[in-house]
Parts: sequence; C-alpha cells; structure tokens
Amino acid sequence: MIEPSAEQYTAENAPPLTPEQAIVNLKCSDLSLRYYAAWWLGKFRVNSPEVVEALILALEDEEDRTELGGYPLRRNAARALGKLSDNRAVPGLIKCLECSDFYVREAAAQSLEMLKDTRATPALLKLLEGGVAAAVKVPGRPHLIQPYEAVLEALGAIGATHTKDVIRPFLEHSVVRVQCAAARAMYQLTSEPEYGERLVQVLQNGDLKLRRMALSDLGAVGYIHAADKIASASVENSFKLIALKGLLENQFHDKDAIALDDETIKLMQLMDSLL
Amino acid sequence: MNTDTQKLIRAVTEADTSARMVSAVENLVAVKDTAAIPTLIAVFGYNNPAAAVIAVKGLIELGDAAVPQLLEQIDDYNYGARAYSIRTLAAIGNPQALELLLEAAATDFAPSVRRAAAKGLGCLRWQKLEDSERIEAQKKALATLFSITQDADWAIRYAAVVGLEELAKIPDLQQDIEAKFSQMRIEDAAIAVRARVALAQQVAS
Repeated sequence: MIEPSAEQYTAENAPPLTPEQAIVNLKCSDLSLRYYAAWWLGKFRVNSPEVVEALILALEDEEDRTELGGYPLRRNAARALGKLSDNRAVPGLIKCLECSDFYVREAAAQSLEMLKDTRATPALLKLLEGGVAAAVKVPGRPHLIQPYEAVLEALGAIGATHTKDVIRPFLEHSVVRVQCAAARAMYQLTSEPEYGERLVQVLQNGDLKLRRMALSDLGAVGYIHAADKIASASVENSFKLIALKGLLENQFHDKDAIALDDETIKLMQLMDSLL
Repeated sequence: MNTDTQKLIRAVTEADTSARMVSAVENLVAVKDTAAIPTLIAVFGYNNPAAAVIAVKGLIELGDAAVPQLLEQIDDYNYGARAYSIRTLAAIGNPQALELLLEAAATDFAPSVRRAAAKGLGCLRWQKLEDSERIEAQKKALATLFSITQDADWAIRYAAVVGLEELAKIPDLQQDIEAKFSQMRIEDAAIAVRARVALAQQVAS
C-alpha cells in the first residue's frame, strides 16, 4: 500500500539539509519542515540518541493533521524509526498500532518488522482479529481496514512461530498482496517449501507489479529453490538481481566468513548472466 | 539484399502483436544475414523484451560484422534499448567498443547500462589490437573498473568485480587487481559483493 502523499517531498525539490539542521527542524514550529526533517533523518539513517528521542516524541504529535484526520508527522517519524535500528522506539511504535490513522499503523508495523522485536507480537496479532472475514476494504479508501501486509510480514520477520495458525488463513485472502505477505511469513516461520512455491507462482502473474513484489518477497525470505525461476522471470534485471542477492546473502549465516559452495556459486553465475 | 531477408525484415516492421513480433524476429535471426543488422538493432527500441533478447542473440551470432552499426545506432534517448546494445557489444567483445563501454560504465545514468558495460570491459578481445594500443586500452579499462568499485550502488560494484575477474587474466594487470580484490573483500559493505570477490579470487588462484 503506497500512501498517496508519501513522496511529495523528494531530495530534489527540498532544501539541502545537514544532520544538525534536520535535528533543529524536527523541533521547529514550521510543520512542513518538521515533516521533511523526519523523513530525511530516516532516509540518511542519522542514528544518534537525540534523533531517536525526538522522533519518539513525534510519534505523539497532535499538531500536524490532514483533513481526513491523518497524522503526517507521526507517519514519517514511525517510518524513520524503523531505519535507525534503535529498539527504544519499540514501545512508541506499538502504541502507534492503535492510532486512528491507517498510514500510521502501517508505518509502525513496517518499522516493527525491521526492528524484529518480540514485544510487538501481541499488538500486531490484535490487528488480525476477526481473521480474513474482517479483512475488508474501507469504503471509499484505497486500503483495507488494517495494514495486513505489513502486519503479516512483521510477524514473520519477528519469528513469532506461535502465530502460524492465525496467519495461515490469510493465504486465501482475496488480495494477492496479502496472500504473498502471508506466504512470506509462513515460509519464515516454518521453512516449508510449499510457502516459497506460492510466491514462485506469483512470478507467472499477469501483473508486472505483482511479479516484482514476489521477487522482492523471495529475496527477503531467501527461498533458495526459486533461483532459476527468479532468473527467468519476466521482470527487469534490476529486480531479479536484488532478489538473487537476497538468496545469496541468506546463504551466509556467518556474515564475516564467506564460504563458497556449489549453491552460492550457482547463484552468482545467475547474477553474472543478468548484468 | 536477398529477397527472403527483405520479406523477413518487412514482417518485423509490420508485426502488430507482441507474439508476431517475437516470431518475426526469430525468423529473421535464423537466416543469419548481415542485411538484418539495422532491423535487429531497431527491435531494442520496441519495448518487447522477448523479441529484444532474440535480437541480441542474433546480433551476437553475426559478431564483428554488427559492431559498426551497433556503435552508430546507439540510442541516446532510450536506456532500455541502450542496455541491449551494450550487452550485445560486450558479448561480441570487439575492442572497437572500448570508448563507448568506458563512457557507459562511468557516466550513464541507467544502472542497467552501467552494469552491462562494466561486465563488457573485462571481456574484450584485446588480441585484435596492436601491441601499443592494447596496453593503453587495457589500462583505461582497468582505471574505469577500479573507479566504479567505489560506486554507491552494490550492483555496479558487483559488475565491476565481474569485469575485473576477466581482466585479471592479463599478466600485467594481475597484481593490481589482486590487491584491489583483497581490499574489497574486507571493506565492501555488501556481503553479495564480498562473495563475488571471493569467487573471483578462487577463479584466479
């Protein structure tokens, strides 16, 4: 789910920032400068205690509101905190899962996925209450009532194995993206190939965006048996390279000692062929 | 021009569906006629990846004969088409492509073009050059590949390693490349790039 206004500020059309200036701006009275600074600090991963504390405070911001009642600054602060790998943000992000703004809940779930903190599991599970039957679209909005994709992926990334039975039914959800998120989580939680194969099947989907997404899921979970199907998928090479990189890096359990074997060499030969 | 080839070329220009385009290009490639070269290069710009891949294969089979037109017809406005041209030139390996590959690897805005050029810089057929030219040309290729091992994009660095692995077969360059690999093996931020360096080192030893 892409929030329509998420990219309205880009590096090209905004004033250049320094970390010092961004920290100042995050606390200034101009709401648009605060919004941009929160995005910028995440984008450039400015990871200082001061930044993390200021962003945690911004998760409770009441000043920056949209006409529909959204909280733009909270969204950006939640997104940035996922990128800063500081688990002090976890309690604040968990609280954001109850926010009235869908996009704040989505950003928080995505960041909790990155932080992989088991404390978030109960609050994430709460968003799946009612199961697939309750997972319907909000009338007039471009999204479901909860950020199911992000929630399912977060539970998978956290490794919450006891949530399998709650996640499994989402494999049959009517939205392919939700099915993929469920398959991705189930594969992470069980390592059973049937879930990896579900993602492989999406590589045949007629929608290029879904094929790209399936590549990114396969790369993220490192489903090694997909290597050849990834290399021959009808998607731009850049996406295939990223997916194969995910497979390759998943093969190295010790990130410092690189031991090559037939599997990793084969992956690199596939990558070479896509250059 | 052989009338058969003319007919086959017309079939490519008149193909009105993606599937007809693919089979028309297949048929044209099958006759292995140098008269087909401009048409095959034009296919790169049709936004039909399946047809483009077949055209790449056909042009590679035609080899050196296709090089002058590949160089002249390079599409400055369509990076998709440009990437196919660079891939084809890289696979043919004619050193006439050197200047184009150097420029593409270092300065193209499209990562797909830069990756293809970086790989290609490693596998030119240097023996086609005079001794004096050859040493200069190899030095330029080495310098460009070294410079892009610092790129912010991991896939560009990965492609540079693939190019350097091939260049390392040249005795005069070997030592510098080994030193660069040792450094990247420790310093590169991406595990995938470090792994590719490890493979290149294994191949070299």
